[in-house]
Amino acid sequence: MTRYIIRRILQAIPLLFIISLLLFVLMMNTGDPLATMGGRKPTRPEDRERLSRQLGLDKPLYIQYIYWLVGNDWAKIDMDGDGIAETPGSRKGVLRGDFGNSLVSRGKAVDDIIWERLPNTLILMIPAEIIVILISLLVGIYSALRQYSLVDHTVTALSFVGYSMPIFFIALVSMYIFGVNFKRWGLPYLPTVGMFDPKVGKTTEQIILHMVLPIFSMTVITAAGYSRFVRSQMLEVLSEDYIRTARAKGLPRRMVIMGHALKNASLPLVTIVGLDVPLLLAGAVVTESIFAWPGMGRLFIDHLSRSDTPVVMGILMMISVAVVFSQLITDIIYAWLDPRIRYT
Amino acid sequence: MQATAESEVIKLQEELKAEPLTPGQLIWLRFLRHKMAVFGVVMLFLLLLYSVGGAFVFTEAEANFTNTSIRLNPPSAEHPFGTDTVGRDILARTIYGGQISLLIGLFAVVVEVIVGVLIGALAGYYGGWIDSLLMRFTEAMFNIPQLFLLLVMAKFFGGKIPTLTVFGRSFSGSVIVIIMIIGLTSWMYLARIVRANFLSLKEREFVLAAHTTGTSHSAIIFQHILPNSIAPIIVSGTLSVANAIIAEAYISFLGLGVQPPTATWGNMLEGAYNYIETAPWLWIFPGSLIVLTVLSINFVGDGLRDALDPHAIVEVR
Amino acid sequence: MEPILELQNLEVKFYTLDGVVHAVNGVSYYVEAGKTLGIVGESGCGKSVSVLSVMGLIPDPPGKITRGKILFQGKNLLEYDDAQMESIRGAEIGMVFQDPMTSLNPVLTIGKQISEAMVVHKGVSQEEARQRAIEFLVMVGIPNPVERFNDYPHQFSGGMRQRAMIAMALSCSPDILIADEPTTSLDVTIQAQIIDLTKSLRDQLNMAVIWITHDLAVIADLADTVVVMYAGYIVEEADVYRLYENPLHPYTVSLLKSLPRMDSSRGNERLATIPGFPPTGTIVFPGCPFAPRCRYTMERCTMENPQLEYFEADHKVACWFDLENRRAR
Repeated sequence: MTRYIIRRILQAIPLLFIISLLLFVLMMNTGDPLATMGGRKPTRPEDRERLSRQLGLDKPLYIQYIYWLVGNDWAKIDMDGDGIAETPGSRKGVLRGDFGNSLVSRGKAVDDIIWERLPNTLILMIPAEIIVILISLLVGIYSALRQYSLVDHTVTALSFVGYSMPIFFIALVSMYIFGVNFKRWGLPYLPTVGMFDPKVGKTTEQIILHMVLPIFSMTVITAAGYSRFVRSQMLEVLSEDYIRTARAKGLPRRMVIMGHALKNASLPLVTIVGLDVPLLLAGAVVTESIFAWPGMGRLFIDHLSRSDTPVVMGILMMISVAVVFSQLITDIIYAWLDPRIRYT
Repeated sequence: MQATAESEVIKLQEELKAEPLTPGQLIWLRFLRHKMAVFGVVMLFLLLLYSVGGAFVFTEAEANFTNTSIRLNPPSAEHPFGTDTVGRDILARTIYGGQISLLIGLFAVVVEVIVGVLIGALAGYYGGWIDSLLMRFTEAMFNIPQLFLLLVMAKFFGGKIPTLTVFGRSFSGSVIVIIMIIGLTSWMYLARIVRANFLSLKEREFVLAAHTTGTSHSAIIFQHILPNSIAPIIVSGTLSVANAIIAEAYISFLGLGVQPPTATWGNMLEGAYNYIETAPWLWIFPGSLIVLTVLSINFVGDGLRDALDPHAIVEVR
Repeated sequence: MEPILELQNLEVKFYTLDGVVHAVNGVSYYVEAGKTLGIVGESGCGKSVSVLSVMGLIPDPPGKITRGKILFQGKNLLEYDDAQMESIRGAEIGMVFQDPMTSLNPVLTIGKQISEAMVVHKGVSQEEARQRAIEFLVMVGIPNPVERFNDYPHQFSGGMRQRAMIAMALSCSPDILIADEPTTSLDVTIQAQIIDLTKSLRDQLNMAVIWITHDLAVIADLADTVVVMYAGYIVEEADVYRLYENPLHPYTVSLLKSLPRMDSSRGNERLATIPGFPPTGTIVFPGCPFAPRCRYTMERCTMENPQLEYFEADHKVACWFDLENRRAR
């Protein structure tokens, strides 16, 4: 088992390098971060030249990648523009945990920027994921048990509608109904913007109130998809021979479903959830944009549109690492849960 | 004596059998039993009619015609879907937007299928280092969430492709860009399926037989093995159209997709949330059209998957 | 003696996209307490469907029991509701299935799967069920029962799994054991062991046994009475010795002839086979279902389906041709 884990980790490392290279090349060729650095006015040529030198943007691509990866404190930068590189750089590079500084938010470390926003995203995504899992299990199992009934058909149709919706549509609909119209009809309404009302302050109550609509929107879509999956897994398991054996023993229905069927049907769900978990870090880019939630998704868009490579790369690498490792962890958990793999 | 008796017996038994259904008939019948799939087909047909036929009612110029004096008007007799932030008729825009959105969806899938099938087939057929290389690459791309990759690539290609004129219509270069990047970020799943198919099929006798008769590799790939993997490709491709339409909607919504004045259902929603209270018609119409289209495609895809699944046991009441 | 289980004119149909499958057509048989009934026939002849009907395990849709009665200790099981059937299954009628690998839950221990029926039906505690399960493991001949209690199905060999299945079926000491081709997927040597095990358990517990197989060789050792099925009909029913000594139905004769025998005086003769293939259930026969493959077919056979009638005591057959006397009945 340990050998398997080590082998997987070793396989993951070149993968991450490839990913980082791919993304870096893409990022460095998109747009011009220096364009907005002059503030309101377009950047002056002499400033552009100076900034370009100081930020290392004048170096060829592969050098920039190397600096990004292992820092430049072992190399010298030409700070004063006299053509001679004399000042040692201050970056340690990604491999030593330094993602550099944002090109856009002057000098602020990427790490700080990300850590500021990360908790906000997690507050939104983790409850959403938990709710999704609970709902999908309930709906999926119920639907499978009542196959071909009216309830099943209705739920199936609704699930289809649910996951056919782009998230901004359901976000807008829910905002419209619960935010706008409730207000109009004098009912207690839900807020639609931001994480808390600045007039009231960042209280827990405020945050929870503001969480409702974004979580609702995300949950509907994801739960619709997952519940279909749970349903089809349950149906497949219920047609297996060992379920027939369990029934032949006269076990009560509930025991057959919960004790025998569910244990088998929920295994693949672990894989699916595992694949989703790293995306929790990414936040929902669109959801956060619509609800003006200050999270990682918004951060990504803001800095991408301004070509802030260090921040964008920081976010992307964080997500990629999370994806690669969560796949590994999911595989391990699955192997542990399934006795056929655990005891071989 | 035994042999002739056997064949006669079998003939007798065959005569007693009810007329068996051909595989094609079976697939068709199974598809039809999916009321939702049939509904999906009908709906798609109507939507196609709307987008294509509507072009005969409104011209493209009308769709892009701005008239700020009538901006943000609610639905009326003159403008059944209302007007947008610069006074353009929303009904006309949904028609032309539909054309672009559907176009993008379709062509992105064409790109995706070509790339995915090629990579999957080559990896599965040749194996060895080609397989390793291609699969490493596939995995790397697979591990980056699609939306993020799309956004980065959209930014990368943004503004680099000029407007094209095809069939007398001018298409903003961003349409081509969107088609390419959606296609180039969605092929990974298909490549995996095709590769798995090829890995299992290439050991089968009919392939070995083809080898011995000296059939070229490309002929084997395209004429022998590929037709046997058609079913999952069709299902996956169909569902991918839905994903492509949603992907386009997402990036256009975020401002990095197709640029105005070319309308798509996605970019019509951009900024609509600023007007939630005041002008819901801005997003209700294009949004609903997206949902209807995607829903119908999902129905059809689901129906196809069940119809083409050789293991499906179907009961009749 | 009053039979403990009796099927009367059972009819089961499956409604599929290919047509209606007439799986069981007016089948009647019975078994008495402590006796063994063997049901023999090729795949698709309806033998499994008939016993699944007894257990109430016919999937509905697409299956439907359209006619008949199933009397267990005098009461018609077809009138029982779910709760009543649940109390019968496992507790009073136990069943062993063909493929022990797929018939055992891969994520639960063997011990759990044996003991859970006891907890449900007999109300014993987990610990007591565990003790009893270990006793059953000993009874069915599984070595190291205490450790094996916590093992999973994939850690057992095929023969051991089948033994475990038997232990599971017997855990609540049912009155009837139904075994549906339990040895078909096992080696011949293991097969012999399982059959011996069944015989000794049957005698120990005084159970009625219904043993289903397509292999006539197995039945000789085990059964008191044998029923031969074809295409959902019973074509011959006899005391086991009678059947082997004097098979009356051409199908039975062919089945017996196709068994390789060590003492064969036929020497270098080829193995006799039955021409053609077993019918799929959507076919409707105008006459006797075996007619297309029978070497003694007469015109009457293709027009009228013979009924199962007494030839002599303990021996019924459904055939228009009198095999003994080589002429029509």
